[in-house]
Amino acid sequence: VARIHFGGNAYTVHEGSTVLEVLEREGHTVPSSCRSGVCQSCLVRATKGTPPAAAQAGLKDTLIAQGYFLACRAEPGEDLEIISAADSGLGTTATVAGVRPLSARVVEVALRPEPDFAYWPGQFVTLINPEGVARSYSLASVPAHDEHLLLQVAVLPGGVMSGWLTAPETLGTRVQVQGPHGNCFYVPGAPGQPLFLLGTGTGLAPLQAIARDALHQGHTGEIHLFHGALTEEGLYQVDELRAVEAAHGNFHYHPGVLRGPAPAGIHEGKIDEHALATVPSLAGHRVFLCGAPELVRPMQRKAFLAGASMQAIFADPFVPAAAPVTPESCA
Amino acid sequence: MSTLYERLGGEAAVNAAVDIFYRHVLLDDRINYWFDGIDMDRQAAKQKAFMTMAFGGPHAYSGKDMRKAHEAMVAKGLNDTHFDAVAENLDKSLSELNVPRADIDEVLAIVESTRGDVLGRPAETV
Repeated sequence: VARIHFGGNAYTVHEGSTVLEVLEREGHTVPSSCRSGVCQSCLVRATKGTPPAAAQAGLKDTLIAQGYFLACRAEPGEDLEIISAADSGLGTTATVAGVRPLSARVVEVALRPEPDFAYWPGQFVTLINPEGVARSYSLASVPAHDEHLLLQVAVLPGGVMSGWLTAPETLGTRVQVQGPHGNCFYVPGAPGQPLFLLGTGTGLAPLQAIARDALHQGHTGEIHLFHGALTEEGLYQVDELRAVEAAHGNFHYHPGVLRGPAPAGIHEGKIDEHALATVPSLAGHRVFLCGAPELVRPMQRKAFLAGASMQAIFADPFVPAAAPVTPESCA
Repeated sequence: MSTLYERLGGEAAVNAAVDIFYRHVLLDDRINYWFDGIDMDRQAAKQKAFMTMAFGGPHAYSGKDMRKAHEAMVAKGLNDTHFDAVAENLDKSLSELNVPRADIDEVLAIVESTRGDVLGRPAETV
């Protein structure tokens, strides 16, 4: 049993409970989304005490060194003094600058960041709106081409953040931005290496950014981008990516739908099977996998068995948001 | 005189061997079901640590860690057959990399020394 000190109060953390659950039960609003150690929304900082190593897995060394940890993964073994990431000065703000539809279900949200905000295309950020709702989104923009930070947001019925982002009155509002996080991005240095990018849904956001960034940086190796959707309605940015394909001989765009009918030029069937049939050997490739965890996780293994080196596989499973603990649910 | 780890080529050799070895393991029906649904990113780090240890390189495993890490698998029936299959895949991988027989035997001896801990045998019989 350890105690945590937060905002002038001390709370006991019983075995099996996390720091996030305890703070929520006590009525504190802590940004959270996936609640499984992936999205990094619930980042907090220990100003006294050593957070458990398991709660720091996947964080940047610089954050670990400063005592940051993920509240959703933290079952502390010792007393901790904690402050929120926002109070600790981590993160920045951005202004919602525009929204435009990409398809019936996906919108592009443009954010105007602070001038010093730097990122690699394909990394992700956590947005926290004025109501304290946090969600993670991949960056679909490429600094060389895009002035704003661009997000591709699936508009879900009843989606709290997507609903807020697309509401007309949200335009011009400031949001908190944490990040950028993640290691799913293009690193120059091997311009001839073939790239294999595969994703579903808004997994296209980081993948098309990585591909466009690679092309911008003069990548000469073959680049295959596979984008799968359930039906044709789920595909977007098709014309734009076909234009990129027409302009670059080494870029190949392969859209696919699971359920037909598929119009000409669009594959019908499972996108992972189609991708591995098109590029049967991934030996020597750099592999990027983004989107639904049910696709990404098995695909990591398939890509490895198809010859990709473990160190050359970069995966970003989009783990969905989970409901927070409410003070009322406290026993 | 150089150590086994240096002779094999250090970290670069570990990275090369891990890919080949783990691919053999995942294709081996005698053992691959133990790896169903595992996280590839975490597995990559574990396989690298295992290979570094097997190569006689710097590692942080104690016998107790080995025991703890495999405890849950032992409870589900991990036994000598599985251990032997892993060793066999390691032998095959290093042979493919043209590692000299004498060095492979040294690697296999290091792996063999962990058998009691991996399979959770009582310490006195190890």
